[in-house]
Amino acid sequence: MLSTEDDILRAAEAWRREGRIVALATVIETWGSAPRPVGSHLLIDEGGRFLGSVSGGCVEGEVITEALDVIGDGRPRTLEFGVADETAWRAGLSCGGRIRVFVERVD
Amino acid sequence: MRLDTLTALNAERAARRPALVVTDPSDGRQRLVRGTEIDADPLASVLREKLASGRSGLIADADARPLFVAVHAPPVRLVAVGAVHITQALAPMAGQLGLDLTVIDPRTAFATPERFPNVRLVAEWPDAALETLGLDAYTALLALTHDPKIDDPALIAALKAECAYVGALGSRKTHARRVERLRQAGFDEEDIARIHAPIGLDIGAVSPAEIALAILAQVVATLRRARIAARAGA
Repeated sequence: MLSTEDDILRAAEAWRREGRIVALATVIETWGSAPRPVGSHLLIDEGGRFLGSVSGGCVEGEVITEALDVIGDGRPRTLEFGVADETAWRAGLSCGGRIRVFVERVD
Repeated sequence: MRLDTLTALNAERAARRPALVVTDPSDGRQRLVRGTEIDADPLASVLREKLASGRSGLIADADARPLFVAVHAPPVRLVAVGAVHITQALAPMAGQLGLDLTVIDPRTAFATPERFPNVRLVAEWPDAALETLGLDAYTALLALTHDPKIDDPALIAALKAECAYVGALGSRKTHARRVERLRQAGFDEEDIARIHAPIGLDIGAVSPAEIALAILAQVVATLRRARIAARAGA
């Protein structure tokens, strides 16, 4: 209870020490019925392998794509995902919530 | 995040010490603030509130710029002193609640893996076992043996460590005698009042499973209410 987050941060350290280039995505803000709480992490490596979750699966694909850019240029980004709309086939939250996700490279 | 920041953060988490990471989402600038470093931080009061609430989120700095604060409070541990029938009923419920349970009982006939499958068991006296375990403000301690020789040292250790929750099994009469012993050991009324006794919410529990439910409900209520209060004060 109160802290049942899988240990993504330990994995991030381990992946980095194995020599993989990794980006860490973190939910920094939510509105409405967002699927994952603030502080949830998704870990991505340069090959697109990932661990954890920022949305229970709704927008992970988009976050991974952006994370590969962050891995490429090292510049952190903040992404926002909202209610499913006409672009929902790409990235939308069917729950009707909105989330903001910060993506950074582990250097 | 820099690898050295991540490594330092993971070291704090592994040692069950609270820490916060403050990030400026606009440029990724970041710093780790260990629990012991909060008082010296320019954002001390808001960081203290965030840690008490246990919730990560955005705050505003002095220039009203948004900063993200990731709160890393240690997960709550549950320590049951007494490998008794109630503890057997309590073990699977604690697991479902995500409470990390350790059972301590020096009586090796009680503390057996057959009675407690998949539970961390320590068949030692609480003095020794709790010393190794290291009680802290993120631990809930239950004294369940009915035996003052075993329960008292555990309660004393829990009060000294300022555990998040301290509960002791026993009737009001038993507790009155316990209070007398704790007074003689130097504890004042305020310390003693932190012990939930008789343990558990009053739901008229009779069977071991019902008593386990009453105890866990009280543990959850104590932990959640403390956090709600901290959030309301934020």
